[in-house]
Order: sequence, then structure tokens, then C-alpha cells
Amino acid sequence: MALKNEKQNPAFYALIAALIVMSVGPIVLMLATSFKTNVDVYDASVSAFFFAPTIANYETVLCNVLWYEPAHVDYCNPTFGRALGNSIVVALVSTGLTLVIGCMAAYALVRFKFMGRGTVSMTTLLMRMVPPAVLLVPVFGIWTFQYHLDGTRLGIILVYTAMNLPFVIWILQSFIVQVPIQLEEAARMDGANPMQVFFLVVMPIIKPGLAAAAIFTFRIAWNEFLLANALLDRNTRTVPVTIVNSITEYDINWGVIMATGMLLAIPPVIFTFVASKQIITGMTAGAVKG
Amino acid sequence: MSIATRANRLTPYIFMAPAVVVLVFALLYPIGYMIYASFLDWSPSQRIGEAEFIGFRNYINLAGDAAFRESFWVTIKFAAIVVTLEMVIGVGLALLLDRNIKGMSVLRTIFILPMMIAPIVVGLMWRYMYHPTVGIFNRTLKGMGFEEGIPWLSDGTWAFAAVVIADVWQWTPFIFILSLAAMQSLPRSALEAADIDGATEMQKIWMIKLPLMMPVLIVTLLLRLIDAFKVLEVILVLTNGGPGLSTEILALRIFRTAQEFQELGEAAAMSNVLLILLMVLTIGMFIYNKLQEARAAAMRAKANATGS
Repeated sequence: MALKNEKQNPAFYALIAALIVMSVGPIVLMLATSFKTNVDVYDASVSAFFFAPTIANYETVLCNVLWYEPAHVDYCNPTFGRALGNSIVVALVSTGLTLVIGCMAAYALVRFKFMGRGTVSMTTLLMRMVPPAVLLVPVFGIWTFQYHLDGTRLGIILVYTAMNLPFVIWILQSFIVQVPIQLEEAARMDGANPMQVFFLVVMPIIKPGLAAAAIFTFRIAWNEFLLANALLDRNTRTVPVTIVNSITEYDINWGVIMATGMLLAIPPVIFTFVASKQIITGMTAGAVKG
Repeated sequence: MSIATRANRLTPYIFMAPAVVVLVFALLYPIGYMIYASFLDWSPSQRIGEAEFIGFRNYINLAGDAAFRESFWVTIKFAAIVVTLEMVIGVGLALLLDRNIKGMSVLRTIFILPMMIAPIVVGLMWRYMYHPTVGIFNRTLKGMGFEEGIPWLSDGTWAFAAVVIADVWQWTPFIFILSLAAMQSLPRSALEAADIDGATEMQKIWMIKLPLMMPVLIVTLLLRLIDAFKVLEVILVLTNGGPGLSTEILALRIFRTAQEFQELGEAAAMSNVLLILLMVLTIGMFIYNKLQEARAAAMRAKANATGS
């Protein structure tokens, strides 16, 4: 049926073009603004997209990690450079941890029958819906007074790992089910122990699933604001927290803040272009398969 | 012999252990703690042991608090409106674009972008676009002769609309992609049979495509509804709940109660209300899935019985 009408009418292409403009427009506008001086931003005669571009905003933001000293920066504020480092560490470590731990748990849930399997599976499913806002009060209290992890990167890594685990376990289950059991049995025959079977046979096969899970986990850890804001101190703050802190001031320097936002948006955007197929698989796995 | 019988009986527990430890210490315990904290009069400078136990007073205060009721209502209104809009637009677009077109994968990649970008950044760029003087909307309006422009973020009704638009922009693609995937996995035979019977495009949509997609659509709707209750950062950056309480959704109120007013007990009680709300939705989704599976199984059994 779809094959018959290969020729589409022009309105159809107009619709698609409009959709593309709508979804990319705001992002392109942000990108453009990040290359604009603050004077140009407030000058109504300067067009939104056509102006003399400058990288001064990025230089201001990254001043303490650049190898040269930008001439226009009088006072270098190291907040953002530091936050960027924190964000990278926190997002990467928590993603790695979540993947390894979650993958092992998903494997156990799929391949073994054991006591409490139903409970664990059900709990994971229910935990998926817990919003960060609900964790705000308890995490603040426990991390400060009992675990003494407030203000540390380890503390926030632990929170993100726990927050992401249910989703990762659940999504990887659907990938592990598809691994042919004969492969694992063959490996066992050759004398591999369960750990070896898992790390050397199963893990490589479910790479697409791992990629999808990694992107979703990274995205949450990289973008999260609320809990990072409550737990971290000025030395361990992540980028979203610094962004929110800098917009509470009344007079906003739009160019600089858009450059900051752009730097925060770049990694997820790159992932989207590199692995959109995995992302879509990850998104559809739940709803479409049920 | 299967792997399960040959493997050491301890193996599954070893594989599960790290996940269970992390989930218990960093998720289950905090949630239990929160439920307990909701019965306390607790400020952030106190250890929890020093806080006074006040029973249900936090909840009673909430029930009598007009601001909380307002914010509860705003949350429901926000979730209902955005999810309805997103479902209608998302499914509509999927129906329109369900054809063999070149570059569909590029299109999908572009549509996922808004979802991948940090909510904080989404808030940021919409705040810039809504800006009363430098924002692109008001500049365009000015260019067209409307000198006044629209008070996007400073008028209660407009601010609510602004927040809804930003959310629709960010999340409609989610519905679109899921329903497109569902549509493309529909059984071709049903559609071909309809073609042979001379069904019109509209009839095919209303009588075949939509009913067959219903299970996926309902799950998508519930997933999106659950997420709509979690939205916080975009609104925080755009309006911080204002003007007045017009955009203060529950998650944001929890944040402000804990952060600004330092009322941890009351914030915990609110978190509990939000959690119960989401729990009901999740369990609803779970039950719906189970019913669906049972129905499918029953239908298969019936088909087998009549077939043989």
C-alpha cells in the first residue's frame, strides 16, 4: 500500500519542512545567540541569525581551561570550567557503574530462577516512576547526617546509579532474553564459569542494548539538576547547577549563558546523531513490546 | 541440561547483590525515610532524631493549605493538557507520516534532539525566546505591528501557556516515535483486506489502525503522564512557578518548600502525595498490561480451538 504512492504531494513536504524548523529552530537560535555579543542581543536592529559572530562568550565561559588568556576577560571565573570537569566525572562514572551492576542483575533475572525473583522484578518496575523531587528530602537528610557523603562526587554518583538502575535493568532484560542460550551452554561446556560466560559471551552480544542503556543513563546523570543542587557544594557542583545559579541574577548576559547551555547540550546532541537507532530502540522497547 | 541447573546455586545471588545493595541503600531506604519524615516537624539544621514527631499534622496542614491545593490543581491541569495535546499531535503526525519516505531515519534523529537536551537548557532557550523585548516571539510580533507584544512570562495565563508550549515542543516527538513504531508493526494483512474491501483512508485510520494500536497508545499515554508529573527543571528556569502560583507544579513546590522555606517535614508529606499519585498510575499501567496479555492469550487459545 505504502509502495503505491511513491509520489507525495508538495503539502506533505511542506509539513515535514515545518516540523524540522519547529524542532530544530530553538536549538539553532541558541547556537546562534551563543556567538553573539550582549550588545547585539539587545539591539533590535541586529537579526537573530545574521550578525558578526564572536567566540568571546565561549572564551569567557572556558577561561580557566583555555591554553591562552583571552584578551577581553578581565576576571576569570573558574566556576564553569570546574563544573564541567565535575559533570564529566559524575556522568561517566555513574554510567559505567550503572551499566555493569544493572547488566548483571538483568542477567540474573532473565536466566536464573531464584527465591525473591518476582519481588525484585516487581520492585524494579515500580521504582522506575520515582521522580527526583520525591528523593530530594530523604537523600538530603541521609547523605548529610548518616552517610556523610554530602558535597562529594561519590555521593551524587551513588544517587544517580540508584536512580538509573531500575530502567537499565528493565531495558537490558529485553535484550538478554534474545541471546541464544545455546551459546552460553557451549561456553559452559568449554569450561567457562558463570562470570566468564557473562562477561565474555553475553556482554558482547547485547552491545546495542548496552549502548541504548548507556545513553539514557548518561543523559540523566549529565542533565540532572535538583539532587545535584541539594547535595553538592561549590567545589563539586555540576554544570546544570551553575547554570541555574547564574540565571537567578536579574541582569542576564544571554550570550554567555547560551554558550554555557550549548556546552551542556553538546554531548547529548552528539550521542543523538551517532546512536539515534539505539535510542529509538531503547524508547520503543518498553511501550511497543509491552 | 540447562545452565540454571548446572550453575552454582549462589550464582544468581552474586549477580543480583550489587544492584540490590545500591537499590536498598540509595533508593528504598530513602523512600522509607521520607515516609517517616513526613510525620516530623523537621528543619535542615536538625538531625532527623531531634525532629519532633507530630503525627499527621503535616498532612492536615497540607489539606488546609490553599497554596498547596492550588499547586496540586496546577499539576493535574498541566499534566492533562500537555498529555492530551502531545497525544493528539504526536499520533496525528504519525498517521500523516506513515509512508515510505526517504530520510525517515534522519527525520527521527532530528525529532529526538529536544528530548535529549538537558531540561535546564530547554528552559533556558525558551526563556530567551519568550523574553519581553529581545525574545524572538515578541520581536516578530513587533515587526508585524503589535507593539505591545505578549506578556509571555509575566501574566499568569500566558505563563501557563508558555510552559505548556515548551513541554509540547520537547515531548511530542516521544509520542510520535512510539506511535510510528507501533503503526509500522501493524499486521499488513488487515490493511490489505481493508484495501480490497474498498475502505477509504479515513475508515482505515478509525476502524483499523487506531483500534489495533490502542494497547501501545495507552501504555505510551501512561508513560508520558507519569513523566509529566515529574517535570520540574523547565518550569523552574522559565517561571520559577510564577507569576503568583500560576505555574507552580507539585515537584517545584516540593523543591521550594525544602530549599527556600526549609520545611523538610512538609516537603516530605508533599513528596508522599506525589508518590502515591504516581504509584496509582504505574500500578494502573501494570494491571492494564497484564489484562492485555491475558486477553491476547485467551484469544490465541480460542483461535487454536476453532482452528483445529
